Amino acid sequence: MDNNHIHLTLNIWRQETPSSKGFFEEFKQDVSPDSSLLEILDEINNRLEAEGKRPIAFESDCREGICGTCGLVVNGNPHGPLPKTATCQLHMRNFNDGETLFIEPFRATAFPIIKDLIVDRSGFDKIQQAGGFVSFNAGSAPDANAILIPKKIADLALDAAECIGCGACVAACKNSSAMLFVSAKVSQFAILPQGQPERYERVQAMVKVMDENLFGSCTNTYACEAECPKGISVSNIARMNREYIGAKFKTEELVD
Amino acid sequence: MGWFSTFTSSSIGKKFIMALTGSLLMLFLIIHFIGNMMLYFGPKAFDTYVDTLEIFKPLIRVIEVLLALIFIFHIYNGLKLWYENKKANPQKYAVNASRENSDIYSRSMAITGVTIFVFLIIHLSTFWATFNFGLHPNTEYPYYTIVTHWFQNPIYSLIYVIGMIVLGYHLNHAFQSAFQTFGWNHKKYTPLIKKIGTVYALILALGFASIPIYFFLMGGK
Repeated sequence: MDNNHIHLTLNIWRQETPSSKGFFEEFKQDVSPDSSLLEILDEINNRLEAEGKRPIAFESDCREGICGTCGLVVNGNPHGPLPKTATCQLHMRNFNDGETLFIEPFRATAFPIIKDLIVDRSGFDKIQQAGGFVSFNAGSAPDANAILIPKKIADLALDAAECIGCGACVAACKNSSAMLFVSAKVSQFAILPQGQPERYERVQAMVKVMDENLFGSCTNTYACEAECPKGISVSNIARMNREYIGAKFKTEELVD
Repeated sequence: MGWFSTFTSSSIGKKFIMALTGSLLMLFLIIHFIGNMMLYFGPKAFDTYVDTLEIFKPLIRVIEVLLALIFIFHIYNGLKLWYENKKANPQKYAVNASRENSDIYSRSMAITGVTIFVFLIIHLSTFWATFNFGLHPNTEYPYYTIVTHWFQNPIYSLIYVIGMIVLGYHLNHAFQSAFQTFGWNHKKYTPLIKKIGTVYALILALGFASIPIYFFLMGGK
């Protein structure tokens, strides 16, 4: 065995079905500091399969921190203790030899557990389907600078659009609120010219679906911003509050 | 549902009500604080102040009813939010890492709020009730005497000091949180708003708490 390997005790959440009772299963593992957490789960799964046992179910896709598919809670931190890092980019060199980790799925009523570490995040899809788009025909690619947008505004919109929809904000929030996610999606359109025609319908429709899907409300603890792998700012939440209050009180449309 | 009830029953609407009623209560606390500080200017100043309020009694009564309604809205709505948010997040993590991503003031709003409510009941059933409907001592400055008399009791004074520390915790988050809920987040002003909120919470908590401590140590003089 490689000399620089470290020894970790991993307590991993196991849950057969959505309704069955889950528990932590302990795995003692020698790991390479260069491995990512997902690679450690792969190693454990290889061993489990060789032993004829059920492997640990977890989600991942790109493994380069841009898709938002992976998402585990490590010692109470969604995506682990490193700031602005997705679970797939969390490497074992950030842990000390002999450390004990508790690896769990995101926990929220709106994100029911499907199996082991996999949760159902379709609540986010429903919110997106309610308004996270522009519905006019965009046609073929427009000429550059056909619509003039100041660099500062474009930057703000792109900062909001950086959200990968992983759900860490919901997982971090003591109220399981989706405000950071929804506000990022609302903001990226609200500040660009292309988003203006549906600006006020959009925020009302998305907040409505957010509430219907049992996400909590915002206590402004800002835990979401601290845990977000993309560093989405809570100033987006203020913007969404502004947009929503404005939509209700200023506009003449009746949207429920 | 009409648009307004849709708004007030939405998550953002409920937070808006919390921020609006909370802001009004924060304004009231400033007035209350200034009034209380009259105690430090001696018996005559304090009783003159209370007697002056007596002149506006009908107006005061109207304000009291409004205040009561605001309090009830704030407390009822807060408890409702607390209950809904508990339902949205019933299962906690094996390791609690909330200290790493948020501060205690924001996480404890419900518990500090309920504590302040208990304090409020004690406060109203003693001071407010005695001032308004109780037997006044037969002295030259009866209101001042009532205050100094109550704060002779060490347990009663201690309840006040604890209540004010909890209030400070609540206000420290409340002030800046209200701005965020109204949608007023600004690169230039938000850091300043947070500082003002902390200063506001400190002045009110320490100022209010100094009164029971001072009169307890003075031994009823």
